[in-house]
Amino acid sequence: MSDTIVITEIRSEARRTFEICNACRYCEGFCAVFQEMTDHRTFKDATLDHLANLCHNCTACFHACQYKPPHEFAIDVPQVLAELRPQTWQEHAWPPSFARLLERRGVSISLLIASVFSLFLGLSLALIDQNILTAQHIGSGAFYKIIGHGTIVLLAGAASLWAIVAMCVSANRYRQSQAFRDNSLHSASVRTAWRSVLHDIFYLRHLGGGHDEGCNEDDDRFTNLRRYFHHLTMWGFLLCFAATSVATVYELLLGWQSPFPHTSLPVLLGIFGGIGLLIGPLGLLYLNAKRDDLHGMSVAFIVLLFLISLTGFGLLILRETSAMGTLLAIHLGLVLAFFVTLPYTKFVHAIYRTLALIQFHRIS
Amino acid sequence: MKLRPMPRATAKEHKKLVRTSIKAGTNILVIGGGHAGLCAAISAREAGASVVLLDAAPESMRGGNSRHTRNLRAMHTEPTATLTGQYEAEEYWQDILRVTGGETNEALTRLVIRESYPLLDWLSERGVKFQPSLRGTLSLDRTNAFFLGGGCALINALYRHATQIGVAIHYEKEIEHVELSDGTFRWAETKAGETFRAGAAVLACGGFQANTDWMVEAWGDAARNFLIRGTPLNRGYVLRDLMAQDVLTKGDPRQCHAVAIDARAPKFDGGIVSRLDSVPFGIVVNRAAKRFYDEGQDFWAKRYAIWGRLVAMQPEQIAYSIIDHKMHDLFMPSVFPAITANSIPELAAQLGLDASALTDTISQFNAAASEATCDHTILDGRTTTGLQPNKTNWAQPLDQSPYHAYPLRPGITFTYLGLKVDHHARVQINEDTAAPNLYAAGEIMAGNILGKGYCAGTGMTIGGVFGRIAGINAAAGLTI
Repeated sequence: MSDTIVITEIRSEARRTFEICNACRYCEGFCAVFQEMTDHRTFKDATLDHLANLCHNCTACFHACQYKPPHEFAIDVPQVLAELRPQTWQEHAWPPSFARLLERRGVSISLLIASVFSLFLGLSLALIDQNILTAQHIGSGAFYKIIGHGTIVLLAGAASLWAIVAMCVSANRYRQSQAFRDNSLHSASVRTAWRSVLHDIFYLRHLGGGHDEGCNEDDDRFTNLRRYFHHLTMWGFLLCFAATSVATVYELLLGWQSPFPHTSLPVLLGIFGGIGLLIGPLGLLYLNAKRDDLHGMSVAFIVLLFLISLTGFGLLILRETSAMGTLLAIHLGLVLAFFVTLPYTKFVHAIYRTLALIQFHRIS
Repeated sequence: MKLRPMPRATAKEHKKLVRTSIKAGTNILVIGGGHAGLCAAISAREAGASVVLLDAAPESMRGGNSRHTRNLRAMHTEPTATLTGQYEAEEYWQDILRVTGGETNEALTRLVIRESYPLLDWLSERGVKFQPSLRGTLSLDRTNAFFLGGGCALINALYRHATQIGVAIHYEKEIEHVELSDGTFRWAETKAGETFRAGAAVLACGGFQANTDWMVEAWGDAARNFLIRGTPLNRGYVLRDLMAQDVLTKGDPRQCHAVAIDARAPKFDGGIVSRLDSVPFGIVVNRAAKRFYDEGQDFWAKRYAIWGRLVAMQPEQIAYSIIDHKMHDLFMPSVFPAITANSIPELAAQLGLDASALTDTISQFNAAASEATCDHTILDGRTTTGLQPNKTNWAQPLDQSPYHAYPLRPGITFTYLGLKVDHHARVQINEDTAAPNLYAAGEIMAGNILGKGYCAGTGMTIGGVFGRIAGINAAAGLTI
């Protein structure tokens, strides 16, 4: 089936679902999705996409639904929105063909890209000097004895620039499809909405199930596990990002060269962030597997985050041994693959959800 | 607020029971796993009894009609976390008195009202979550406490709690016979002959609206055209079985909570989404394309529950709510799309009505209606003149195509004929005696309070209050 047929079918099921939900509205206390829904009498494609990106998949509404299967109405809001959500990302992704490829073979392609980068880094050095990878390098600037400083800056810069450009294009295409009223993220009403948006994001309000006791995982019991794992992943990612940023400032502005001491700010941020990225992604992978919610974009993202953290710790522990060179090549390969695939992985949910929350809070 | 203690049966009243219960494996059998049954089972278990709860449905459809509910009506003397203002016992009583036209038992009703307030906290402590009423259609934010996520969420919370505290729950056990001897409960039996013995039983298995034969007995063949808004399993077997054993009943078999719902709804379990709010925005005609009742008598929230009976009295138990284009977006969206046509004769053809009769009805209505725009937020008094019947509010001509129609049928929520109970929730065997170990709660005894008419949210209040009373007394009876 072509992608257009797939997304059309998913949207028509979402439309059928919301036409029933809108005549019931028992779930209006759960989350933004149902509050937003009541503003509509008919559901355009863009509205359905917006509702899909507003949904945090806590599944409270499914368990509370008197029309869930085996009822003949067979309502499952979180399921149909979970199917629609990655479709909306793919539809707006740029370039679209790369997104479709990653959706189908997300994990293998990401790891392939990582391997290619790692091999490239490893081999290009081995060609220069066979012993350079396996020799011990200690002290300031040791990493750059393996891989030249210029090479790292060039590769990392190119990969992140690519990610930023691709994601900006996607976000803009999505905003246009949503017809944001004044088509500007800087109007006064948006600014007043930002406080609520940031609270929703950093508190993960909508993973609280409408009562702060959490989502449903196995059954109708509430648990905050998903929220905790997501917090670990999100803050882990942000701390690692901060670690990299601080390190960049040290190197480019202050002229200090890595590796930095264990007690330095970049290393400490990286350690705490890395712990988050070891536990969080594994937890989310486990919870998603139980829900049978493992699509390519999501798994690739989670697996890369975990492996980056794992090799990062490996590097920290073994950086004064002969394994450092190989580990560094692998670690940097993974990081580069992470950035190259970033615009097509689960990471983009952060962008789309933020846009959806801004739209929700502005309207409400 | 000072609350009197929950009514408990005296030690003397339970003497007989003690001997029988000691021999029984299970202390208390609760028949029916909706709100009332769960409240009874939890109360009895918390009082130390061993409790078995039977639900006729499979686990996926458990909870009877409660799964379709949304709120309960609760008195309160000051604002609560989710209720605004105050709703004093006396106002509550006057509301019940008005809707029932006096066909109610004052003592039992006042008991329900008094206990409705502590019921809120009791449910919260057992995992039920409430929310402030948001944008629902009925303005009930002062009188009714809304369940976060609706009745199914409430049912889930109570099942979860019941399981945690050790209530044994069995699904797909539909009881057809309750064995009484000397006015005392002995055992209950399924159709397959499986028996459940217990020292006491709480009957909480609902009305008989899903039993078409019984409905036909009460209503004639008209009942075949009724839609049942909730569970297909409320067939009244237990009630019928006890009636055959000459146990006292209360209420009229024709009385029930009946609303006009979309005729395209499924026969059973359509629930809230089959509701239609279009009636006050236009006119309603029957098969003969004639109007038959004042569509603008009062706000819809106060009138929707009489329209089920009105439609039931029409030929073939069908009616059509007809509006014009300017009204289409003014009420809650319906799950079934309107039947739409560009002219009245075309609409008549689509509905299978006589085109000239419908055209006549609408022209007469338009001629008698006010030209001014009506205001649906108030009783605007814009009435037709000279029609039989008149539309006494919001009468505005139907003159803007396209025209829209919704077919209406009676949707039965629950029947009122039930077991007569005393204030201990004990089933009355005859005028002088209550069964020492047989209790009833919920729709199966709601007729004691609601002889006719309905006040939104009282069904769940009766279930919760009498469920708790039944459970506490059943357990107390065993330990005295």
